[in-house]
Amino acid sequence: MGINDILVEMKGITKAFPGVLANDQVNLTVRAGEIHALLGENGAGKSTLMSILTGLYRYDQGELAVHGKKVNFNSPRDAIAEGIGMVHQHFKLVSTFTVTENVAMGSDSWGAILKLDQIEKKLAAFSMEYGLQIDPKAKVWQLSIGEQQRVEIVKLLFRGADILILDEPTAVLTPQEANDLYIVLRKMADEGKGVIVITHKMQEVIEHADMVTVMRGGKSVATVPKDYTDETELARLMVGRELDLVHKIETGAPGEVILQLQEITAVSDRGHKALKDVNLIVRAGEIMGIAGVAGNGQRELAEVITGLRPISAGQITINKVDMTNRQPLDIIKAGVAHIPEDRHNTGLVPNLDAYENILLKHYLDKDFRKGPFILWSALSQYTQTLINKFDIKLSVPEAPVKAMSGGNLQKLLLAREISMEPNLIIAVYPVRGLDIGAIQAVRGLLMEARREGKGVLLISEELDELFLLADRLAVLHEGELMGVLEVEKTDIEEVGLMMAGKKGVKGCA
Amino acid sequence: MDQGIIIAILATAVTAGTPILYAALGEIITERSGTLNLGVEGMMLVGAVSGFMAAYVSGNPWLGFGAAMAAGGAVSLIHAFLTITLRANQVVCGLALTIFGTGFSSYIGKPFVGIPLKETFKPVEIPFLSDIPVIGPIFFNHDPLVYISYLLIILLAFLIYRTRWGLNLRAVGENPAAADSAGISVSITRYQSVFIGGMLAGAGGAYLSLAYAPSWLENMTAGRGWIAVALVIFAMWDPYKALLGSYIFGGVEALGFRLQTMNVTISPFFLKMLPYILTIVVLIIVTRETKTRKVGAPAALGQPYHREDR
Repeated sequence: MGINDILVEMKGITKAFPGVLANDQVNLTVRAGEIHALLGENGAGKSTLMSILTGLYRYDQGELAVHGKKVNFNSPRDAIAEGIGMVHQHFKLVSTFTVTENVAMGSDSWGAILKLDQIEKKLAAFSMEYGLQIDPKAKVWQLSIGEQQRVEIVKLLFRGADILILDEPTAVLTPQEANDLYIVLRKMADEGKGVIVITHKMQEVIEHADMVTVMRGGKSVATVPKDYTDETELARLMVGRELDLVHKIETGAPGEVILQLQEITAVSDRGHKALKDVNLIVRAGEIMGIAGVAGNGQRELAEVITGLRPISAGQITINKVDMTNRQPLDIIKAGVAHIPEDRHNTGLVPNLDAYENILLKHYLDKDFRKGPFILWSALSQYTQTLINKFDIKLSVPEAPVKAMSGGNLQKLLLAREISMEPNLIIAVYPVRGLDIGAIQAVRGLLMEARREGKGVLLISEELDELFLLADRLAVLHEGELMGVLEVEKTDIEEVGLMMAGKKGVKGCA
Repeated sequence: MDQGIIIAILATAVTAGTPILYAALGEIITERSGTLNLGVEGMMLVGAVSGFMAAYVSGNPWLGFGAAMAAGGAVSLIHAFLTITLRANQVVCGLALTIFGTGFSSYIGKPFVGIPLKETFKPVEIPFLSDIPVIGPIFFNHDPLVYISYLLIILLAFLIYRTRWGLNLRAVGENPAAADSAGISVSITRYQSVFIGGMLAGAGGAYLSLAYAPSWLENMTAGRGWIAVALVIFAMWDPYKALLGSYIFGGVEALGFRLQTMNVTISPFFLKMLPYILTIVVLIIVTRETKTRKVGAPAALGQPYHREDR
């Protein structure tokens, strides 16, 4: 394939799911030698479009040509045969297999009897050639996230892919690792492969892509060469209206210490130390941001504070009262609200309706019960007030909440937690997977809580968000606190280095 | 006890363990694909009765053995269709299959209860190997089905660990989404593995009615299917360890018989209880083991797979 040859051509692709038009007349052209960014909010139809290209879904209308040949794939196998490979956001690797086994599985380029040592040798030579260092004999679960991503890429290249799709590839990487990834991707492109990167990070598009296709509401709204556009225009195309880009709107006025963690050590589900001697203070009226690549102890930190995970050493003090290893109910009573990472399962019960989900944290409240019985009228009135106050859109409150959109679900959760009048809010990835409108609403609620003098611990993977909201930042790396920074006095570069494990000024200012 | 008696007990352990071994090997293949089939007991019974009927009518035990495998495989396809295509709950389906198999085999087997079989599988001494002291009489003086089970272990271990199909099978059981995106058909792989499991459960049943008993009795498996399911965990989904486990269970059974004939005054109920106590003990030990090490059940065991629909 020569540079500039058309690898993928999608014309008027339409795909409907019951009740949703996921892709509506989408056009996309990808050429050999380019990094093509597919930019759009959640729910804009990027994933559906790529699922069509990788053979997971069949399209209803339109035309798809790969390498100049018209196709409508029946299964991923067909797509692989046409040289299409995708690195999913959640890696499709078997963690108990070795790297070689992961590469060999599903491929019929070998005989019926496996000769793993031969494949191993070929794989080692192949990865050297591309400068993608991996150990073919390592088990996948022993590898870091960045290494696993490399395995995914090698797997695709090794199986002959010349059209590479990466779904939010930098979400799990430090800024430095992300740069390394783009160096590799550029090399692929230079060799005549087509690279499609799905992303919602505009900065990444501006820095690394050649072409950008913007999707909104299931449609492809524009395809522009990167050199002829800028972040403001892309943002406008993405959202469909002018948007304030990152501006720090307000800062907090820190007061008394609400939460104090002293030398906290805790063990993860897998049995290794997830938190090591963590010292941290959250004051009233401030947002304390926790930065770090996902999986470096953030989940455990939130669970430790909310009483869901015991600590093996250290002390937790909430409002000057020792709360070390107390039950979740004691911690809720002490005024701690929790917006968990997994809002569908830890935060809410998907099959219960809005009333019942609100009741989950009010079941001891005298207003809503008489002896063992629920006072439904009082509860429904209260729920209705919350729905109005927090501008939650739902068809009927009696429907299971799983039918609600992500943004409204999160607002319902926030409504329940904030209405408990907490003095500390633990928010874990509160905007993950939400659209821009909902993101702004959630962020607004957190800032309002700060204004009211509550302490907020905000765990986030978006540095932009932390810089926008937080007053102070703590960086977690492999369960250790790399340091606590004043947001005003630091920059993304410094935080990025700390996320990669470089220690900053240690302490708990 | 003199050496002769011990050897006799061990030789009986092998034959008593063989039906369990067949069924456990089949269930290992099934579970490796992430499908749990608790219908082993039912499939064994259907295999036992069909095998007996075919052998009785045709006068050829080999035809009976083939019929048993076909019948076990056919019954397993019910499970495959319900759990793979319709994504029904695997535990519930498996239990239903056992209840179905028990009832169905009793129903169609009614006219054959207690009839002796003219042509059965007879022990065949293997030249040279059976002359080895101790080992020979224990392992190489049995009917052909025992020898087939030896070969089967090697064959299945090779299949699981050394072939492309085995790698794909394990991938489907560990992470069906990853297997799917690598171009492996999850449902075809699972259908194949469930079918193999059914055929081998049927073979295990046939061993009871064609070689071990050899006759047909209602519910003649007497819980061996359940022991086979437990044995899969004991074996950590590995064919070779299943061999060891089966003979341990067979040994307990053989010991029971022997003690009775030697007029040792132990309650027969206690002896019948022994294999099941052993099952519980083994499960406790193995479950602790699998928790501490990174080995054990296929990660997707019991989970239906569907591509993320909206």
